[in-house]
Amino acid sequence: MSEIHALSGAYAVDALDAIERAQFEEHLAECAECRAEVASFRETGALLAVAEAVPPPASLRSSVLAGISQVRPLPPEAPLPATEPDVRRRPLPRLLLAAAAVVLLAVGVLAWHPWQHDTTSAAEQVLNAPDAVRVTERLPQGGELTLVRSPSLGRAVLVGHDVPAAGSGQTYQMWLQQPGEDMVSAGLMPDADEPTLLDGDAGTAAAAAVSIEPAGGSVHPSEDVVAVFPLQTAGTGNDAS
Amino acid sequence: MTHLRSVPADPPPEGGGSVGAALAELLKRASRGDEGAFAEWYDATSARAFGLAVRVLRDRAQAEEVTQEAYLECWRHAARFDPAKGSAISWLLTIVHRKAVDRVRSAEASGRRDEAYSHKEQTVDHDSTAEAATASLEATRVRAALSDLTLKQRQAVELAFLGGYTHTEVARMLDLPIGTAKTRIRDGLIRLRDALGVGEVAQA
Repeated sequence: MSEIHALSGAYAVDALDAIERAQFEEHLAECAECRAEVASFRETGALLAVAEAVPPPASLRSSVLAGISQVRPLPPEAPLPATEPDVRRRPLPRLLLAAAAVVLLAVGVLAWHPWQHDTTSAAEQVLNAPDAVRVTERLPQGGELTLVRSPSLGRAVLVGHDVPAAGSGQTYQMWLQQPGEDMVSAGLMPDADEPTLLDGDAGTAAAAAVSIEPAGGSVHPSEDVVAVFPLQTAGTGNDAS
Repeated sequence: MTHLRSVPADPPPEGGGSVGAALAELLKRASRGDEGAFAEWYDATSARAFGLAVRVLRDRAQAEEVTQEAYLECWRHAARFDPAKGSAISWLLTIVHRKAVDRVRSAEASGRRDEAYSHKEQTVDHDSTAEAATASLEATRVRAALSDLTLKQRQAVELAFLGGYTHTEVARMLDLPIGTAKTRIRDGLIRLRDALGVGEVAQA
């Protein structure tokens, strides 16, 4: 059983952090076995809730029924066209990934010339690295963020395009997750449209993420995660430049 | 598929039984704008929804808000409920649980959640619910199934599901190596599921 399958239980009871949740949901889209397992765990949870039943106050019933009379139920979702799989999110088969990693490494070793790091900033070095791999995610609030990672430099840069401001008293914060560990802050991103270097080893990281946090940043990411970049599948649909 | 087990002949879980089918039917009528059907659906399910929210949030006022939000979402999205993918009650409780957990975590992020934790408090906190629960045969089965788990499995499942903690928090609380709590949670859920006779839900 691969590592990600083991998250099914924690996912079903909402015990994953926002990043893991997003990663597992990507997996869930392709794993019928995990979908069945999660569904069975949710049925189990529904039975556990029987033992916790508490009759709500009558006022809640009135508010709920008053509330729904103001809201129109949505129509059923249109079924997804079977002919257009979302290629961007589909992880490549393991072997292909491994091959891509080998190629990237080889390119990195060949192309990494010591004379390249002269006066250019660290962020520019990553952006211009011959082995830089880009992954772009659209944000729920509009705009998009691109993660540029150079395996040979072991660094990554985030740069936004038309990203709205985080809001007053708030800031974008970047995160890196090493395999099997919690997300660790990779620094703040005060201006999302400005290329920003992530602190930490992006070469070994399993994922990067961006969240909205109170100004000054947080120790752990809030629930308000706006983008997740699973780096193990960074080969998918990227244009390696 | 061969790995799908058949549902045992024990009392069927309510999701699959006739009660479950009746709930699914109410939801279907609600999705077409039938407010009466939705009121019936609310009456049949609200004690579990509210009880779960109270358990996770430990605050009745917040639990009321979360329960109300969940029912509104349920009303809006009733047409998205697919009986082939699970029971109506588990669909509702999944929404309630997610909202309750998200609220607990965002409160925690802004420093409002009490960091101190006592496991005794957590498990003994059944008192307010005892009366409603003992009336139910199902509740007795659930308690029996829970008592069948290993201590660490039960604690892990309760802290995660009823406490709203992440698996890494659960690991710290139970002094488990990070990464093993998720396995305990999964093992505990598998054992509970099998003890309660929940058949795996076939997925397309």
